[in-house]
Amino acid sequence: MQTFQYVKASGIEKALASGGSGKFIAGGTTLVDLMKLSVETPSTLVDINPLPLNKIEKLPNGGLRIGAMVRNSDLAWNEDVQKSYAVLSQALLSGASPQLRNMATTGGNLMQRTRCAYFREPSAGIPGGYGCNKRTPGTGCAAMDGYNRVHAILGTSDHCIATHPSDMCVAMAALEAVIHVEGPKGKRTIAFEDFHKLPGDTPQIENALEPGELITHVDLPKPVDGARSVYLKLRDRASYEFALASAAVVVHVEGGHVRYARVAMGGVGTKPWRSHEAEHALTGKPADAHAFRAAAEAALAKAKPRQDNGFKVELAKRCIVRSLKLATA
Amino acid sequence: MAIDTLPHANGVIGAVVPRIDGPLKTTGTARYAVDHDFPGLVHAVAVQSTIGKGRIRSLDTSAAEAAPGVLLVLHHGNLHGAYRLFPHVQEGTISEARPPFDDDKIYYWGQYIALVVAETLEQARAGAAAIRVEYDAETPDVRTDLSEGFTGQRESSWRRGDPDKALATAPIVVDETYSTPTETHNPMEMHGTVAVWQGDRVTLYECSQGVVNHRMVMAQVLGIPVENVRVVSRFIGSGFGGKLFPWPQSTLAAVAARQLNRPVKLSVDRRMMFTGVGHRPRTQQRIRLGATPDGKLTAIRHDFYTETSINDDFVEHCGEQTPFLYSCPNLEVSTAMVRRNVGAPAPMRGPGAVPGLFALESAMDELAIKLNMDPLELRLKNDAERDEGTNKPFSSRHLKECYLTGAEKIGWKQRTPQVGSMKRDGKVIGWGLAGASWAAARIPCTATVELTTRGRVAVRCATQDIGTGTYTIFAQVMQARTGVSMDRIDVFLGDTSLPEGPTSGGSMATSAVLPAATNAVNQAVDRLLHIATLVSDSPFKGAKAESLALSEGRIHAKDRPASSGVAFEDVLRMANLSGITGEGKTNPSWEDPKAREYSLHSFGAHFAEVEWEPEIARIRVSRIFSIFDCGRIINKGAGANQILGAAVMGVGMALFEETVHDPRTGQPINGSFADYLVATSADLPDLDVTFLDYPDYIVNEYGARGIGEIGMAGVAPAITAAVYHATGVRVRNLPIRIEDLLQSKIREA
Ligand SMILES: Cc1cc2nc3c(=O)[nH]c(=O)nc-3n(C[C@H](O)[C@H](O)[C@H](O)COP(=O)(O)OP(=O)(O)OC[C@H]3O[C@@H](n4cnc5c(N)ncnc54)[C@H](O)[C@@H]3O)c2cc1C
Ligand code: SF4
Repeated sequence: MQTFQYVKASGIEKALASGGSGKFIAGGTTLVDLMKLSVETPSTLVDINPLPLNKIEKLPNGGLRIGAMVRNSDLAWNEDVQKSYAVLSQALLSGASPQLRNMATTGGNLMQRTRCAYFREPSAGIPGGYGCNKRTPGTGCAAMDGYNRVHAILGTSDHCIATHPSDMCVAMAALEAVIHVEGPKGKRTIAFEDFHKLPGDTPQIENALEPGELITHVDLPKPVDGARSVYLKLRDRASYEFALASAAVVVHVEGGHVRYARVAMGGVGTKPWRSHEAEHALTGKPADAHAFRAAAEAALAKAKPRQDNGFKVELAKRCIVRSLKLATA
Repeated sequence: MAIDTLPHANGVIGAVVPRIDGPLKTTGTARYAVDHDFPGLVHAVAVQSTIGKGRIRSLDTSAAEAAPGVLLVLHHGNLHGAYRLFPHVQEGTISEARPPFDDDKIYYWGQYIALVVAETLEQARAGAAAIRVEYDAETPDVRTDLSEGFTGQRESSWRRGDPDKALATAPIVVDETYSTPTETHNPMEMHGTVAVWQGDRVTLYECSQGVVNHRMVMAQVLGIPVENVRVVSRFIGSGFGGKLFPWPQSTLAAVAARQLNRPVKLSVDRRMMFTGVGHRPRTQQRIRLGATPDGKLTAIRHDFYTETSINDDFVEHCGEQTPFLYSCPNLEVSTAMVRRNVGAPAPMRGPGAVPGLFALESAMDELAIKLNMDPLELRLKNDAERDEGTNKPFSSRHLKECYLTGAEKIGWKQRTPQVGSMKRDGKVIGWGLAGASWAAARIPCTATVELTTRGRVAVRCATQDIGTGTYTIFAQVMQARTGVSMDRIDVFLGDTSLPEGPTSGGSMATSAVLPAATNAVNQAVDRLLHIATLVSDSPFKGAKAESLALSEGRIHAKDRPASSGVAFEDVLRMANLSGITGEGKTNPSWEDPKAREYSLHSFGAHFAEVEWEPEIARIRVSRIFSIFDCGRIINKGAGANQILGAAVMGVGMALFEETVHDPRTGQPINGSFADYLVATSADLPDLDVTFLDYPDYIVNEYGARGIGEIGMAGVAPAITAAVYHATGVRVRNLPIRIEDLLQSKIREA
């Protein structure tokens, strides 16, 4: 770890003023970990824990506003979330461990970085170390022909195949959340789907935040009438592991037909993976095993596995089918 | 969780006795190796190679040396006074034969290449990060197929009859290859050393499973007399075999401390746990079984490869149980040691037996299926009455009863053999079983006991408690003989200044310490009773010592209750003695003519149940029944804890554990607790342990064998058998992966 300055942000303005020169630290569960591995080397840490962004509030339009500093456990156990956005509660509780969830924040979770082992290697992206375009553009990608069992099969590029590891984000993608940010140039909102970026040939750019911009809160739209939602996470062990494949579904069935469907996937994409293909395949169709499998096939049609992660294609399909079954049972 | 013991129990011996060191550990007051601190102590951080093979072209330490607080930088160019120990030639066993920084060559990824010592840990880390290394790198050999590139000589370790001929003519043959991956020890406490010199004497605070061996090795490595080395390991956060023999960090800490003349602390971090401090090596085992159509074994061939490092000859003895587990006239076991660019392997809980029985017991399950026979019946039919390897009778073998008890407990009669045929709560369930065995022996030990004038009993032995309950075993023996309450018994272990005791390995500590402790306390008590008959103020003056007894801490006439007597410390006071001592010794079983006539082994069986959700390829182990025949169990609490813990590790071995080396660098690429999966609480099945508890008096007078390791043997093959039963997928290469399970033809529960 390198030495750094530490600044406590007493208010949002103070945070924004000092944010440009350093990194915000919220729960620290991603950032401190990566600092110890020399992956993150901020010169200044701006502690945003004092900011008044730790509330969950109902919005006049029937939606829910979640402060960026709301801890993952508080969000998961919030009554409104459990009642109206079950998929989000389930996703949060499937992630990490209770201790980590007590520290991890909504804003930090949106910003968490990949678990690609090469990326996390201290010497990646420097001469003599593993190539990693995310660490240092142009140095190559060690995972491409390395051990890539946990890597992505959707949204990959020739430059990077790293998976976005979040569970929370997958639920938020299916819920069509909106991210509110505030920066030196003022406030703006970002649709969830536009927040995380595909690697393309710039895998070092992971999201739409401008330098110094602070996530202040996330809004969830009003729950869809009559819809039910499910998050299902598949992995080797029963707890404390990132997803090998996960699915967040929000579905409304009426008269045996799917009227509304939102499908997102985790563990398989380079970003939280919203599948419009699956949604198209479902909408208007009878809510049956045939339609579910067709949706799963559509969702994975463009999958590009590498040497060790081919099983994810079938696993992700089964994950979608099962979660749709659960949500429509 | 349930614990069940069948016959016997006798006061404190054989009861569930809480660990006497428990309160120290749960309150954080037990001091582990790197908890030790001293005035002037400085911190060392090791730098590791980032290539798996090649040589160091240049090592620039100038920035590190100039960094704040840095006191010393050691590397191959300037390290002196770390001598080589030739294992198997010199006394004592070392893990890695090559001394650290011996030359500029790199043999595995993560090899220590430099050491930075600084005033604070942070300064040492910063110094370590400032070292610049250039390498001439070559591609390391970390190929996982161990048959590739093997040029050595295969060694036949057991042979009887003519297995090849018998296989050629056997009506039923199974011929399959099984592999187990590199598995990394991950005890809670990571390795570490604090080295403190006083003149030409050094004290090493270690987490060692064998302080006596550690002292012997370090004396030679440091080139000083053995009396000048003291090794202290009072508490150990478990070892699982990884802490049996010294690793280079011990040498480096001692050399740096000598050079600086200041205490040095060097801790290994979790990432380093995957490189330079041992692992269970990869194995690849071909098993051939020949049988008659009615299921009698006619031939067994067990030919295996085990991986080792470039410089160390380590063999995972996979075939150790094969010659005697079953009755079979024709047999061969052969070994091939294959070198790869990996760190030195180390014994890991049940070395040899655990991977070996995975292969043998899996093949037995496959044979049962080929024969269309119940796998339980196949085991019973081929049970060995005698050790056909050594041609000796077993001292005590109740494996059949283990199987029958387990079958009863799980309800084996209800098992339907067809794949996927058993269902419960919308899931497919599968049942499988496998046997286990582990060697017993009585290894040498000495101990002293002191009955003090303060009314306390002190027992001393340079063995150690690696978390298994050795402290408590000593206290139990003291209490059984003197009747003194546990809070007045002091047990001193883990220090070479104490009488020489055994290494905590091979599941042999308990059976070794029991006789020595008993002999020592007997001698002290005999002396005490004798003195009681001599001292003038003693109520027993003139009595015959044989007519006296010591119970509840009081000396009394044998035919009268303890309450009629006198507290032993009062008699000591009357005699103006500060205390009275006794010495005891355990003679090894190999020097005991009677024990040599027998084959000494423990046995057991696991019955595993898995739940299978085919729609999402999810397997979970739901129940394991473990039935064990390990002689008399001395502490049923700590004993059950060993079997339970071993079963949990077995679940990890079956389903999760595998250290993966990057093929280009040789780095263990999943070397962290987030990426190297072990079983979590949520993965644990209901565990149910039964001890048959038949005493084995050939091993010692208590009838106790050992239980630390055997519990892990047989878990993985019981689970893979259950997985086959549920899914139809036979997993021969551990761990069982979702990738394998997706191949199942059972698509719905
Ligand atoms: C062992 C382990 C296991 C885990 N398992 C899972 C899992 O199974 N599923 C899962 O989803 N996650 C998992 N996680 C990840 C965990 O969810 C994230 O680490 C956590 O959500 C990050 O939140 P934080 O508040 O601690 O972020 P921090 O570490 O404080 O910050 C992370 C990043 O976000 C930035 N940041 C934080 N807040 C803001 C803000 N308001 N505006 C702008 N930038 C901000 C920081 O500058 C930093 O770059 C695991 C983590 C660990 C260590
Ligand atoms: S997958 Fe992405 S993060 Fe991983 S090594 Fe390749 S470029 Fe780096």
